[in-house]
Amino acid sequence: MTDKFISIEGIAKRYPGASDATTTIFENLWLSMARGEFACVIGHSGCGKTTVLNILAGLDAPSEGAVIVDGQAISGTSLDRAVIFQSHALLPWRTVLGNVAYAVSSKWRSWDRAKVKAHAQTFIDLVGLSGSEHKRPSELSGGMKQRVGIARALSITPKMMLMDEPFSALDALTRGTLQDEVRRICLETGQTAFMITHDVDEAIYLADKIFLMTNGPGAVLAEVVENPLPRDRGRTDLHRHPLYYALRNHIIDFLVTRSKAFTTEKTDHDSRNVPLVQIGKPGLTIAAGNDEPRQTWIPGTSPGLSA
Amino acid sequence: MTSSLRLRAGLVSIVLLAAFLGVWHLATRSTSATTTMSPEYAKLMGLTATQGKSAMPGPLDVGAKLWEHLRRPFYDNGPNDKGLGIQLGYSIARVGLGYLLAVLVAIPLGFLIGMSPLLSKALDPFIQVLKPISPLAWMPLALYTIKDSSISAIFVIFICSIWPMLLNTVFGVASVRKEWINVARTLEVGTVRRAFTVILPAAAPTILTGMRISIGIAWLVIVAAEMLVGGTGIGYFVWNEWNNLSITNVIIAILLIGIVGMLLDQILARFTRMVTFPE
Repeated sequence: MTDKFISIEGIAKRYPGASDATTTIFENLWLSMARGEFACVIGHSGCGKTTVLNILAGLDAPSEGAVIVDGQAISGTSLDRAVIFQSHALLPWRTVLGNVAYAVSSKWRSWDRAKVKAHAQTFIDLVGLSGSEHKRPSELSGGMKQRVGIARALSITPKMMLMDEPFSALDALTRGTLQDEVRRICLETGQTAFMITHDVDEAIYLADKIFLMTNGPGAVLAEVVENPLPRDRGRTDLHRHPLYYALRNHIIDFLVTRSKAFTTEKTDHDSRNVPLVQIGKPGLTIAAGNDEPRQTWIPGTSPGLSA
Repeated sequence: MTSSLRLRAGLVSIVLLAAFLGVWHLATRSTSATTTMSPEYAKLMGLTATQGKSAMPGPLDVGAKLWEHLRRPFYDNGPNDKGLGIQLGYSIARVGLGYLLAVLVAIPLGFLIGMSPLLSKALDPFIQVLKPISPLAWMPLALYTIKDSSISAIFVIFICSIWPMLLNTVFGVASVRKEWINVARTLEVGTVRRAFTVILPAAAPTILTGMRISIGIAWLVIVAAEMLVGGTGIGYFVWNEWNNLSITNVIIAILLIGIVGMLLDQILARFTRMVTFPE
């Protein structure tokens, strides 16, 4: 595959620690995504997921390495990469419309008021908030606030969306609805999306590709799991898919046991060619027994990973 | 019930006021004990000795005098006899001018300091030393350099109201939530637009709180400053009436200083409410 829309090339993040020692959150991290792909990152707290997202957003700079988006190395933030924040980060002194319009007028500075308002309104309608335009964030429920965050991110028609655990603060029902909305919008608009999550089911439902990261400090991208579920998957019959449990168990096994010991056990791990796990594909097996190897991979066949 | 609570609180306030006025009235009532003395000697003695009247005016005297003042607040019979409205006007104008200058300096400077950790650290020792200086201590220096008592009073107001505003602006600007700044950064909002559309609204409640503290201090200081510089103003009026031994006028002035101070505070409180946002 040649379509490497996003390519993270050997980035590292280090912080100066106590007594001249530096703490390495992660280093030599390589990953890539194709246009229109939905990727989820799963890993324990402290593995640097948020840092990776902040680097992708341009809010943070890597200590080493580079990030290339659409053929260009990024430096700083960009209106091409919209961020949906975990804490929604709405400006509380602005109304719903005001928050979205702020983003719209930041992107198209020459637009007049009416045009900005009309454009913002279409995205408020898209996330189902028609009628609440003139409410302030404090008058909205958590789910509605996050909808505004989504509308704000989409309104600038970005090339990609970056989401840092966007639904973790919501109750299960609202989370489900918003996942449906995000999935629908991303499929409709062909958005490239990069999402951090702690929720395995959320990742399975939304992602095309799931990045598994080991525990930090010194975290690495352990493997890339391709989601075997069809693109037009539905929330209700998700668990009936024959590969659903194999996929879910694989991810949970990783989180529970392998993420801790990965770096010590697997000494020949090649950060540039991270194994691509294709559950259920011929020649690649997920064994049921514990004594069997859990998965195999074919290095170099993964899209974009054989740099 | 809030309405009945307010009603009851109002009733208690009125009862307390009535009790206070009653005690005051009783305490300053005429005492009958007068001694006979020669007219020559009586002239030297006050009303207390000759007619048994208390030298401290009662609430009725103060009320009558206050009514007199309120009927003619703006008369001007020369330097030592001006209406209370004129005197208060001078004081408010001085406070307003000094305070406005302080706003013009403190808020932009506070913005710069708040946004720059370097400036914040570099200027901190100066602010820490200058802040606790009593504003009146600047008075001789101001009189010597400015050579104008009225402008010196304005300078004293300026110097006393600048610190709370400056410190609150610095704090408000420095503690704007990182996520709001990040929103502006991801939207590629420039520094100036970010300052006005994100930092200013986010810091406004803190800045206004500083301004409210400042106006209170400025009003406290103007009375003392005007006692020193003399000429006009409510502070001078108090001192002048003390020299005239008119305790009635002193009490009236005290009451009016309190009322004007409360009004100034209420105005700033209203502005603070206007910029406060619920989260």
